[in-house]
Amino acid sequence: MRVMAQMSMVMNLDKCIGCHTCSVTCKQAWTNRSGVEYVWFNNVETRPGLGYPRRYEDQEEWKGGWVRTRNGRLKLKAGGKLKKLATIFSNPKMPDIQDYYEPWTYDYDMLLNAPAGEQTPVARPVSLLTGEPTKITWSANWDDDLGGSTATMADDPILQHMSEHVAEEFEQTFMFYLPRICEHCLNPSCVASCPSGAMYKRSEDGIVLVDQDKCRGWRMCVSGCPYKKVYFNHKTGKAEKCTLCYPRIEVGLPTVCSETCVGRLRYLGLVLYDVDKVAEAASVEDEHDLLEAQRDVFLDPHDPAVIAQARADGIPEDWIDAAQRSPIHRLISEYRVALPLHPEYRTMPMVWYIPPLSPVVDVVAGSGADGEDARTLFAAIDKLRIPMEYLAGLFTAGDMEPVAESLKKLAGMRSYMRDVNLGAERDESIAASIGMTGAEVEEMYRLLAIAKYDERY
Amino acid sequence: MTTTEPQGKTRHATDGALSNGLIELGRFFRKGEVAPDLRSVFLEGGRKGDVFYRDRWSHDKVVRSTHGVNCTGSCSWKVYVKDGIITWETQQTDYPSVGPDSPEYEPRGCPRGAAFSWYTYSPTRVRYPYVRGVLLESYRRAKAEQGGDPVKAWAALTDDAETSRAYKRARGKGGLVRANWDEVLEIVAAAHVHTIKRYGPDRVAGFSPIPAMSMVSHGVGARFINLIGGTMQSFYDWYADLPVASPQVFGDQTDVPESADWWNSSYLMMWGSNVPVTRTPDAHFMTEARYRGTKVVVVSPDFADNTKFADEWVAPHPGTDGALATAMGHVILREFLAGSPAEREPYFAGYLTKYTDAPFLVTLEPHGDGLVPGKFLTAEDLGVDAANAAFKPVLLDEQGRPQVPNGTLGHRFGEADEGDWNLDLGDIRPPLSIADLDEGLQLAVDLPRFDVDPGDPEDDPERAHAGGAGSVRRGVPARRIGDRLVTTVFDLMLAQYGVGRDGMPGEWPTGYDDASTPGTPAWQEELTGVPAAQAERIGREFAVNARDSGGRSMILMGAGTNHWFHSDTIYRTFLALTMMTGCQGVNGGGWAHYVGQEKVRPVTGYTQYGTASDWVRPGRAMIGTAFWYLASDQWRYDGLPADLLSAPTGSGRFAGQTTADLLVESAKRGWMPSYPSFDRNPLDLVDEAEAAGVDPKQYVVDELDAGRLRFACEDPDDPANFPRVLNIWRANILGSSGKGNEYFLKHLLGTDASLRASESTIDRRPESMTWHDEAPEGKLDLLVTSDFRMTSTTLFSDVVLPAATWYEKYDLSSTDMHPFVHSFSPAIDPPWQTRTDFDIFAGLAARFSQMAVEHLGVRKDLVAAPLQHDTPDAMAAPHGIVGDDLPRVPGVTMPKLVVVERDYPQVARRLLSLGPLAAKLGLPTKGVVYRVEDELERLASLNGVVPEGRQGAGSIRLDTAERACEMILALSGTTNGQLAVQGFRTLEKRTGKPMAFLAEDHEGEHITFADVRARPMSVITSPEWSGSEHGGRRYTAFAQNVELLKPWHTLTGRMHFFLDHDWMAELGEQMPVFRPPLDLARLYDYPVPGERADAGGEQGVAVRYLTPHSKWSIHSEYQDNLFMLALSRGGPTIWMSPGDADRIGVVDNDWIEAVNRNGVVVARAVVSHRMPEGTVYMYHAKDRTIDVPRAETSGLRGGIHNSLTRILLKPSHLIGGYAQLSWAFNYLGPTGNQRDEVTVIRRRSQEVVY
Repeated sequence: MRVMAQMSMVMNLDKCIGCHTCSVTCKQAWTNRSGVEYVWFNNVETRPGLGYPRRYEDQEEWKGGWVRTRNGRLKLKAGGKLKKLATIFSNPKMPDIQDYYEPWTYDYDMLLNAPAGEQTPVARPVSLLTGEPTKITWSANWDDDLGGSTATMADDPILQHMSEHVAEEFEQTFMFYLPRICEHCLNPSCVASCPSGAMYKRSEDGIVLVDQDKCRGWRMCVSGCPYKKVYFNHKTGKAEKCTLCYPRIEVGLPTVCSETCVGRLRYLGLVLYDVDKVAEAASVEDEHDLLEAQRDVFLDPHDPAVIAQARADGIPEDWIDAAQRSPIHRLISEYRVALPLHPEYRTMPMVWYIPPLSPVVDVVAGSGADGEDARTLFAAIDKLRIPMEYLAGLFTAGDMEPVAESLKKLAGMRSYMRDVNLGAERDESIAASIGMTGAEVEEMYRLLAIAKYDERY
Repeated sequence: MTTTEPQGKTRHATDGALSNGLIELGRFFRKGEVAPDLRSVFLEGGRKGDVFYRDRWSHDKVVRSTHGVNCTGSCSWKVYVKDGIITWETQQTDYPSVGPDSPEYEPRGCPRGAAFSWYTYSPTRVRYPYVRGVLLESYRRAKAEQGGDPVKAWAALTDDAETSRAYKRARGKGGLVRANWDEVLEIVAAAHVHTIKRYGPDRVAGFSPIPAMSMVSHGVGARFINLIGGTMQSFYDWYADLPVASPQVFGDQTDVPESADWWNSSYLMMWGSNVPVTRTPDAHFMTEARYRGTKVVVVSPDFADNTKFADEWVAPHPGTDGALATAMGHVILREFLAGSPAEREPYFAGYLTKYTDAPFLVTLEPHGDGLVPGKFLTAEDLGVDAANAAFKPVLLDEQGRPQVPNGTLGHRFGEADEGDWNLDLGDIRPPLSIADLDEGLQLAVDLPRFDVDPGDPEDDPERAHAGGAGSVRRGVPARRIGDRLVTTVFDLMLAQYGVGRDGMPGEWPTGYDDASTPGTPAWQEELTGVPAAQAERIGREFAVNARDSGGRSMILMGAGTNHWFHSDTIYRTFLALTMMTGCQGVNGGGWAHYVGQEKVRPVTGYTQYGTASDWVRPGRAMIGTAFWYLASDQWRYDGLPADLLSAPTGSGRFAGQTTADLLVESAKRGWMPSYPSFDRNPLDLVDEAEAAGVDPKQYVVDELDAGRLRFACEDPDDPANFPRVLNIWRANILGSSGKGNEYFLKHLLGTDASLRASESTIDRRPESMTWHDEAPEGKLDLLVTSDFRMTSTTLFSDVVLPAATWYEKYDLSSTDMHPFVHSFSPAIDPPWQTRTDFDIFAGLAARFSQMAVEHLGVRKDLVAAPLQHDTPDAMAAPHGIVGDDLPRVPGVTMPKLVVVERDYPQVARRLLSLGPLAAKLGLPTKGVVYRVEDELERLASLNGVVPEGRQGAGSIRLDTAERACEMILALSGTTNGQLAVQGFRTLEKRTGKPMAFLAEDHEGEHITFADVRARPMSVITSPEWSGSEHGGRRYTAFAQNVELLKPWHTLTGRMHFFLDHDWMAELGEQMPVFRPPLDLARLYDYPVPGERADAGGEQGVAVRYLTPHSKWSIHSEYQDNLFMLALSRGGPTIWMSPGDADRIGVVDNDWIEAVNRNGVVVARAVVSHRMPEGTVYMYHAKDRTIDVPRAETSGLRGGIHNSLTRILLKPSHLIGGYAQLSWAFNYLGPTGNQRDEVTVIRRRSQEVVY
C-alpha cells in the first residue's frame, strides 16, 4: 500500500438545474482570452444530446482512453508511444473546430456607429477565427434543452448503444443536465499520451496539469483524453485544460465552478487511495467490475492502518483530517450514491456523479398507487422517465445494478424523510430497505439537502 | 510503496518497451516522479509551468456589488479588479444563515449575472453622449437663430413641421453622433422646460421600472420627474406581471414567501413558473425540499426545464389552467367541505370561516326568469345606525341572526371603530352554509360559464363574437332577511364549482366523470387535455397534504399563467385552492407568485425619496398600459367591443361600448389615473381660474360641465394632448416591454414600422373618443434614454446618455426572494464619459433649473388624482354600484383635484435635499402614517445638512447616492426598528390586537449603508409588509393576518372569493370562473391555430404565439452578451414542435418569418419534441440588435418579440374607488397581457439580407 491524496469532485445531477453558471464563471476566470475562445474547461450538456465536442463519447471514432489488451495490460486506445512518435506530425484523431464550434462575435460597434441610413442598425455575426461574416450553425451548447432534438438526438452515442428505443415524442420527453470538467483521473490517458512530458499529475493532490513551458503542442493529449477535456490553444500553440483551480485550492478555496454552483450540487474533497492498486483496478477484465475496482482503490481515511501509512508516505496531518471530513468519501464509498463517468475508458476518473432520480412518482402515481410509498417507489425505479439504461451507459459501462442502487437510496431517503417532515413516526423499515439505518439516512439527507458551504467543500 | 518495506518488482501497467522507456526517460528530464507502474508522471507543487494560471487568478481587490436587472434575484456578487480593470465576478456567499436545518441562500447568482462584466468594456458600451445628427444640426441652427436661447430653440425646432418630421423619420436609422455633456443636457433640459411651458408638465413622461433593483438610480429620476410635475409610468401592471387577482382577493399588490420558504412546503406545485430558468438562484430550495419528501408537481404545456424535477408532469393546453384548477377545487370542495358541518374537514372549515368571505351573506337578485348573485349584504341594508355602515358586510350567527363582524372596511377608518378593525369573531360562530341552519329555502341561481361553443355567427349574429358565454342554473340554500333573499359566499362557491347537495335544484354533474356541466375533472379534460384522473388525484393530494401538514401546500405560479388576458380569473381559481385548504399565511403554504414581483423592502423611505413627497404631494403616477395604449394609438386599431366580454348574467351595461370607452369612463370617474389629464395645460388652468376669481377645483368642474374642458384621454390624437417628452432610464421599452412595438414606432415615434393592421371600422370605434381621420405619427418631440449598452430604445432615441454600470455606482438592492438588503458599490469609477443615473439627473436638474428662472418661474399646477387604495377614497361607491349621470364631485364621482406649487427654479436644490413635508405630514404606507421627526434628526447627523448661506440651508443633504441610500434605510420600518415598532403601535390602536412584539427586539436597530456594504443585512419585521421574520422564521405573506387577526385590506377584511362590483357582475366574474384564451379568430378574424394561413403572401401555419422568459437573458439584458450567445443559438429563435415544423417544411435552424396583424419577426427555428404541437415559443425580449435580418414580408429589419403583440384592455382591471378595487401605483390597473396572440409562421429564403 502506498497512500496518495486526490482532490475529487462529486456532482449531484439530481440537483442540477442546467443553468450553466459554472461554465460562465469558469470561462470568465480562465479562458476568456484569445486562442481559447472556443474552450470551456467546464461545460454543461443536455442529455440526451451530442455533448461538447460533438459525440466525444464515441471512442470508436476518437480513440480516447485506454483499452485492455488480451494479456490484461492497458494500452492507449489511440496506440502506444511508438505509434504516436510515428504519427507525431499528423494527428487524425482530433476533433476539428467544427466539432467544438466555430467561435464568433458580432460587429457590435455598428449599433453606435452606423451612419444615417434606411434600416435599423444591427450587429451581424462575425467569425472569431476568420474575422468574416458568418452563419451560426453550432455552438458550445447547441442542443440545450433538447433544442434541435429531431436533427441531433439520434446521434447521441449513448442512445445508439441502448437496446431500448427512445422516441422523440412529446409524451416521452426526458432530459437532464451533465456538467463536465476534467476528470483528473487516477490513470490519465492524456498524461500517458504526451510525447513531451509536459503533462503531469500533481503528487500532492492529483490535479492533472499541462506545463505551459514544456508543452510543444503535439496535441496527443487532446486525442488521448476520452472526455475531450484537454484543449488546444491555437494562439499559443499549447494544450490547456481545467486546473481544478489549483491557485484557489492551494489557499483553501473551492474551485470556481463549485463555489458558484447555484444548484449547490458540487462537492469537493480529498480522497486517499492506494496508488499501488490503480493499475490493477484499471485493467480488470469485465467493464462492469471497474466501478467496484475503483472503489477498492480508495482508502478509508478513518482506518488506523491507512492513517499510519499516509503519515509514513508524507501526507500532512491536515490533509488526513481533510480526507476524513471529505464529503466525497461518504458519497462514493459510504452511501455509494455517486458513480464515475464512463469507467469503461479505464482512466479511473475522479469526478463522480449522483444520477438524476426524477421523475419517479409520476410512473407510480399513474398506476394509481401512492407515489410516496417506499415499496411502490422501489418497484418503479426501473420505469423512470429517464431510462435507467441511459444512465448506466454513462456511469456504469451499462451495468444497471449500481444505478438502481443509487436511485433507490435517493427515493428511499425521500420516503423516509416525508414522515419526518410531516411529524409522523420514523419508519426504520424504509431505511432498512435501502440498507441503511434511519440515522444514516438522516446524515445522508443533511449532506445532500442542507449541504452547508463547509459540508460541501 | 513504502520506504520501510522491500519492494517486489512492480508490474508495468502500460504496454510495450518503447513507451515504458519514454516515460521512464522522463525521470531524468523532469524533476518529478513517475508512477512505479509507469502510467503517469507525478510532480510536486510550485512548478514554474503553473505560474500562468496563478498569475491569472491574482487580483488587487474584490468589491461587493450586484446587478440592477429586473429579475428579482438581488444577488450579492464579488467583483474582481486587477490593475484598475474589472476582470470577472463570482457570487458572494456571506448571507446571514437561514438556520441549522435549512439550506442557505449562498451562493446566489446565475450565468447571466456571471457574464455581466463583459459589458464594461464591450463594443456595445455607450461611452459618450450621442444625439442623432439630423437633430443636433437642426438644434444648433435653431439656437443660433433664437439668440442662443435653448428653450426658444427647442420651440422653434419642434414647431417647424418639416424639421421635426425629418428628425422623427430618422429615428432608429443610425446616424447617431457624439456630443458633449453640456450640449446634450442643454437640449434635454430645454425640451422639458418648453413642454411644461407650452403643453403642461403632465406631457412629460418618465419611464423606469423596478425600484427594488436599484432604488436610488430609479428614485433620483422619479424624484426629478415628480418635482417638475411629470408623469411616472407604472410597470408592474404594464408588464402583465401584476396578478390582478391579488388586489381582488387580498387587497394587496403582491406579497409572497421568500424562496427559502419553499423548503417548508410539503407539496409544491410549479404552475406556469419555470423556476430553474426564471428563479435560478432560488431553484435549489425546490430541488432540496424534495429530499424532505416534498412532492413536486409541474404544470406546463411543454417539457420545461423545471419538469425535470417533477414527480408528476401535467401538460394542459396553453391558457386553460383555470379549468384544471376549477376541477381540483371541485374535488376539494366535494370531498372535504360539501357535507354537513360535522363531515367537513375541521381545519379547512375553520380557516374559511375565520379568514375568508365564505360565511358572508350575498343577496340574490332577479334576472330574467331567474336569480343571480347580487351584492354583499351590509349593515346599512340591516338598517344598523353605524359609521360607514354600507362598508360593513354581514354574516349570520349560529342562530341565523345577522351579525356585523369586526374587521371590515367600514371598521378601518374613523374614530367610532378604533380597536375593532380585526378578525376576531368573538362569540359569533357563523355557519358556512345556510343549509347548516335549521330552516331555509332552496333557490336556483344563474351562474356564468365561458366554455360553451360560441356557435356559428351566421345563426346568431347578436352574439357572434361572444366567445362562448352562457350560464348554468344551480341551486343554493337561501334565507330571507327583510325583503332580501340571501345566501352565503360558500354556498355560491359550491354552486359555481358544480358541487351538488341533496335535493338542490338545477343542473349538477352526476360524478367526476360527468363532462356535461362545468366543474368536474372530466369537464376539464375536454378543455385542457389533462386526464381527469390526474386532475382529480392532484386536487385530492393537495388537500390531503394541507390537512396533514397544517396548510403546507404551495403553488408557485408565474408568467406562464399570469400573462393572459384573463389571468385574473386563472389566478383566482389557483388562490381558491390555497384558501379552501387553509394554506395562505402558513409557512410552506399558499400562493407564491413569481413574475416581476419586485419588493422594495425599505418601501417607506424609498417611496418618500422617489415621489419627492417631502416637497410636493401628490405626484402624477400613471397606469402604464393605458398611457402606451393611447400614446401609441393602439386604440385606433383595437375596437374590442366590451360587451363581447360580458356574461349573459350581466345587465348589458357594456352594450355599444369598446374597451377603450371603458378606459375613458374609468378615468373620468377617478377610478384610474389619467395623464395627460385635460386638454389644457394644468398650469394654465390654475391661472385661468385665478383670473376668473374661481377656486381652481370648481373652475375645472364648471368647465367640464360646460363642455369647454375635456379629458385628454377623450382625444389622444389632438396635438395638445400628445406626450411630448419621454425620459427613459434603466429600461428598454422598445426592445422589451412595449407590447405593440410597431404601433410605438409608427405613431409615437413617427418612423418606419411593419405594422400591418387596419384601423377599426366605424362601427367598432370608441363612441366617447374623438376620431381624427389622419392618425398622428411622431407624437413625441424628444425621446431621451440613459443606458450603458445599445438597445432598441437607444437606437430609436434622439438623445442617448452614457450611464454607469452596476459595478460603477452606489445603490441599494432588495427582493422578495430573500429577506436581505444589500448594496451596489463601485469597483471602478464610471469610465470614459459615463455617469451614474444619480449624476445624470442631478446634472439635468441643474440645467433645467437655470432655464426655469426665465421660462417657468413659480407656477401653480392642478393635479387630478385618482381615488386611492388604503384611504377613505375606497368608500366612494357603496356596494360597488356604478351610478350614471352623477353630479361631478371631486374625490367621489371624479378624480380629486389638488392645486400644488411648482417652484421650477428650485428643482435642482430640492432634488438634492429633503423637504419639509416629511416631518410635517409623516410618511404614509398602506394606510399607516409614520412620524419621522426623531429619525430625521439622526439622519441629519449622518448625512449633514445644507450649510448656511446656500439655498435651502438646514435641510438634510441628499446630494450623493450614498446619502440617498442612507435616507431610504433610515426612513423605513424594515431597516429601522424604531419605525417598525411605531408602525405596529399605530396598527395596534386600530386593530386592538398586540402586534408590536414582532419588531420590539429590533427597536434599537438602525441598518445603515455601511452595514449593507459590509454584507447583506436581514430586514426587520414591519407593518409595511404582511409577513413575519420574527424569531428568525422564513417570510411568508399574510402571517400577520392569520396569526394576529389583522384584516386584509378588503371589503370584508377577509380574503375574497366573491367580488360584488357592478362591472364584475357584468363580466360574470364575481367568483372564480374558467375563461379560455381570447378567441382571436372570432374577435379579429385571425386564422385558427393549426390552420394553414397566409403569412405575408406565402402559406404558413397558424400557431399560438407565447413569449416565455428566456434562459439566456433577463428580459433584453444579456441577450446581446457574447457569453450567453455562445451558450445558446447566437440570435433570435422560435421554438416549435416537429409537427408544426414539418407542416411548413422547416428543419432545425432554418430561417423563418412569423407574421400577424401587428408586425413581423424573423428568427431561426429551434425544432424540438419537447414542444407541444400548435404552439410556438419565442423567448421574451428578443431585441432586434443581434443577428436580425430584414424581413421578406416588410423589407424592414425584423421585429422584436413584441412586434407580434399589442395591448388589449380588460374592463375588470379598470375598476376603482371601491374597497380593494381601488387604484394604487403598480397595485391595480390594466395589464399589458400578451399570451393570447396567434401568429402565422412560414419558412423563408435561407439567404438573409441585413
